[in-house]
This record gives sequence, structure tokens and C-alpha cells, in this order.
Amino acid sequence: MSPEMIRLIASATGETLYMVAVSAGIATLLGLPLGIFLATSGKGELYAAPWVNRGLGVIVNAARSTPFIILVVAIIPFTRLIAGTSIGTSAAIVPLTVAATPFIARLIEGAIREVDQGLIEAARAFGASPLQIVLKVLIPEALPGIALGLTLAVVSLIGYSAMVGAVGGGGLGDLGIRYGYQRFMPETMLAVVVVLIVLVQVVQSIGDRLSRHLNKRVRHS
Amino acid sequence: MNAPLGYLGDQPLQRLVPAEPIVRLEKITKVFAGRDGLPVSALEGVDLAVPQGSVLGIIGRSGAGKSTLIRLVNGLEKPSSGRVIVDGADISALPEAALRHARRSIGMIFQHFNLLSSRTAAQNVALPLEVAGYDKAAIRTRVEELLALVGLSDKRNRYPSELSGGQKQRVGIARALATNPKVLLSDEATSALDPETTRSILDLLARINAELGLTIVLITHEMAVIRSIARDVAVIEGGRIVEQGDVFDVFTRPQHEVTRSFLGDETGRALPPYVANRLQPEPKPGSQAVIRIGFRGPHATDPVLARLARDLGIEANILAGSVDEIAGRPCGTLVIGVPEQSLKTTIDFLKQYGLDTEVLGHVA
Repeated sequence: MSPEMIRLIASATGETLYMVAVSAGIATLLGLPLGIFLATSGKGELYAAPWVNRGLGVIVNAARSTPFIILVVAIIPFTRLIAGTSIGTSAAIVPLTVAATPFIARLIEGAIREVDQGLIEAARAFGASPLQIVLKVLIPEALPGIALGLTLAVVSLIGYSAMVGAVGGGGLGDLGIRYGYQRFMPETMLAVVVVLIVLVQVVQSIGDRLSRHLNKRVRHS
Repeated sequence: MNAPLGYLGDQPLQRLVPAEPIVRLEKITKVFAGRDGLPVSALEGVDLAVPQGSVLGIIGRSGAGKSTLIRLVNGLEKPSSGRVIVDGADISALPEAALRHARRSIGMIFQHFNLLSSRTAAQNVALPLEVAGYDKAAIRTRVEELLALVGLSDKRNRYPSELSGGQKQRVGIARALATNPKVLLSDEATSALDPETTRSILDLLARINAELGLTIVLITHEMAVIRSIARDVAVIEGGRIVEQGDVFDVFTRPQHEVTRSFLGDETGRALPPYVANRLQPEPKPGSQAVIRIGFRGPHATDPVLARLARDLGIEANILAGSVDEIAGRPCGTLVIGVPEQSLKTTIDFLKQYGLDTEVLGHVA
């Protein structure tokens, strides 16, 4: 493999990491409160607002069922509004974030719903406010699940980021398609796939380790 | 284990003068929306008064309404009608913020402990104090006191997953006591524990009641729990309190069928099968009348059977019996068989001694 090609792979890896990191960060900031709200606004829950809950649920489902490549194209005007352009690596962060936010919200909702209802009851019984219950009970108790959920989200984002080549987003997927497939350079394709596999492995094992570390429900030896 | 309780001292020991009950439920009803949308009545007209410093046990089968009842006391449930007065405040009418404040003086412990798995024993005990806005130094001191009180100082840095059931409940008790409550609610706190651990948790609760003067309201489906620590008992069935009063009185003279069934094997009230199977409602030639005698209080230790034989020449046949102590007072149950012709004489004789008698039937 030529030095030129190695340089290309390295910069594509950088683009992928950049897109994934920024979109995962923003999507977590947006998805965390959204997920918490979804998990606590059902009928009879802490912030009971069943209609808002249902409405948000529909929106989240709609966003999640739109195929990512269609989403990328469909929200181009929105992307332009936010990023000033609809083309390039930074612009690609917008659709990635839009796709990841509802996904992360659902994962966080799931993790929060796993928390034993008895803990909420105990916290209410000693006089905790809904906000204190969220901050001091629900989030800390759900943290192992949240860590696993975010790991899954990052892994999915690495996959999604391969598709943003369609709008000039660059990154590893784009490199693989343009060089490996269109110019028929199988060794480039292979290199791209290997880098992606390594990335996913690293992310997954960091996430697993973090979750295990946070999980005090099982005894550690 | 036996930490000096004096450290917890801002709890006044004012049990001598029975004043206004600390917890009072007035004409409580509670209706839930059922699965099919039809209303389901959980409580139907409950009145209850718990004097300061007492231990009230509420016993009932599952679904009798006892969980709902205890949750009314700290406002986790709101009554559909009626009032809940705790320490002079109408819990059922307080706005949320005031209710949260009021809950600091009502501790609660749970069947499944409900400890945070992500916090150590000490951090779990600290949580209500953090919520109440205590500063760090005050929290540290208080947590140490509480852990010493429940005998867990050496486990302060253990996570709940590293503790046994009994230890978890001790952490739960320490947490419930953190904000110096006046009332402790116990929701089946020993139902998930083995008998020995149950014993030690009940001893701890009794000690807290005696030494801190804390009022305890507990719900349970186990008669043994009531017997060992409660002074008053309320029996709940179908959303109503069917019987209530002093534990000794209720246990030795149960009026309601539900109370009797709970007592069943507890105090030797259940008949052994070889008697129960042969029991007939009507006397037959040559049959014996079966009488249950309840011994209470002062006469529990009188040798009445010996006197029955000596004074009246009636030879009673002992079929079953037990002697027990309830709320620190002796009591006993004896099931005897006497010849049919001596039935009336025997009963009259026993009544002279102030004993409770009940003719159960006849055996051939």
C-alpha cells in the first residue's frame, strides 16, 4: 500500500472519529433529557404528562424509522440552516446528530425504566423532589445501562458515518466506496474495513468495561 | 450492635402522657381505577388512631388494603375521601412541597429494602440527609451515629450487593431514621427475611421504639411479627378494619373470623387433625363435648383442671393446648373433652374463674 493511501486512510479515520465524537456528544446532551422525560412522563409517573409523552414518542419513532440515507437528504435545508452548508464533514454532523438523538433517547429511556420502582417510592418517602429523584436516584442507578446504551449508539454512529459520503462528508466509509469499490482497489477496501472493525472493538470494550465498573449490583472479586 | 442511643438524643422521650395521637386516619376511603376502567375500592371507611410512642401492627391478607393504608400515612397515596393527620398536619391536604418536608418526619422501610445499588451503606444512609440539604460534615457525623445504632459501622463502605438481607434492612432502618422522624412506617419489612434475621430486625425495631420513643406503624401478614413487637393491632379485611385493640385482648379473644384464621396455628387455636376430623355438630350417645378454654391474664396459671376433677369429680380429657406469652402476658388455650352430661356444669365452673369458653362440637 502506497504512503499516499496510508495518509488517506489516516485522514479518513480522523474525519470519522470527528463526526462520530461530535455527533455522539451533542446527541447525548439532547437525548439524555429527552430519554429521562420519556421515562418519567407516563401516566402516574414523576413528571406525568401522558399526552406530551405520547406525542414525543410518535416523533421519536418517526425519526428512528426513517432510513438514514433518506434522512440525510431530506433534512438538507435544516443542515444548511445549522452548519451554513450542506456539504462536508462538519455538515454531516447535523444528520448524524438528528439520527442519533432519538436513538439515544430511547436507549436512555430503557435504562431509566430498568431502575426498580421501589427506589423511586423510597426516595419519595424520604422527601425527595422529582428533580432530586432524577439526579440522585434514577441517573446514578441507570448509569451502567446508560453506558452500554451510549456504546451501542457510538457503534451505530460509526456505521451511519459511512453513509455521509453521499453529501461529501468524507470519512472511512466514503473512502472505501470511492477507492475500494469505484476504483476497484480491494486492498484499500480491506484496510478500511479493518480500521472500522478495530474502532468498533475498541469502543465496545471501553463501553463494556465502563459499564462493569459502574455496576455495583453484582459482586466484584 | 448496642450503640449508645443517647447520641441520637434530639428525640424527646415523652411517652408518659398520652396526648393527641401522632397519626390519625378519619373516615378514609380509597378508590382506584381498575384495569377495565371500573373503580376498585381499596379502603372503605377506615378510622385509626396511633398514640405517640406506640407500636401498631396492621395485619391482613394480601389485597386487604394494608399497603394502601400505610402509604396514606406519608402521602404516597392520597385518600379519595377522609383525612390523614400526622403530628398535627393534614397530610392528605398538603401541597407537594410541604408534603415533602413533612415526609422527613415519617421514615419508611420496605420489604425489598429499596436501597440504591450504586451507593454504599453509608451513602445510602446519607441520601435523605443530602436531599434535606444538610452540610457534608453534619451528614458524616449523623451517618456514623446511625450506622452504629443499627450495628453496621464496619460495613459502611459495602455496597448492598455485598450485604445480607438482614444487613440491608438495617441500612434501610438507618436511612429511615436519618432525618429524626417521629413515625416509622414498616411495609412488610421482615417478609423477605428468614426467621432468625426477622427476630433480630424486630428486636432492633423494638429497641428503637423503646429508647427513641419512635412511633411505629407496621403492616404484615405474619401474626408472629405483631405478637413480638406490637402493642396494638388492627385487622384489615376487604378494605375495612374488622377488629382492633390491644394485642393481648385481640389475640386472646378474637371476634372476627379473619383474626381467628390468622391466629390459627399461632397460639394453638387450630385443632389437631385427629380431633378436627371427628368433630360433629350434634352430640351422639357416648360422645364427648369438646370445649376450648382460653386462659388469660391472672387466671392463666390457675390449676383449673385439677380443681374440676377434685371439686366436681369431672374428668376432662385434654385434646390440645398451648401456653404462650403475648405482649409480655401469659395466655393459653386448652381444648378438652368432657362427658356430655357434665358440659353445663363444666362451663359454669370455668366461667367462675373468668375463663373464656367455647363449645366446638362433639366427638364420638
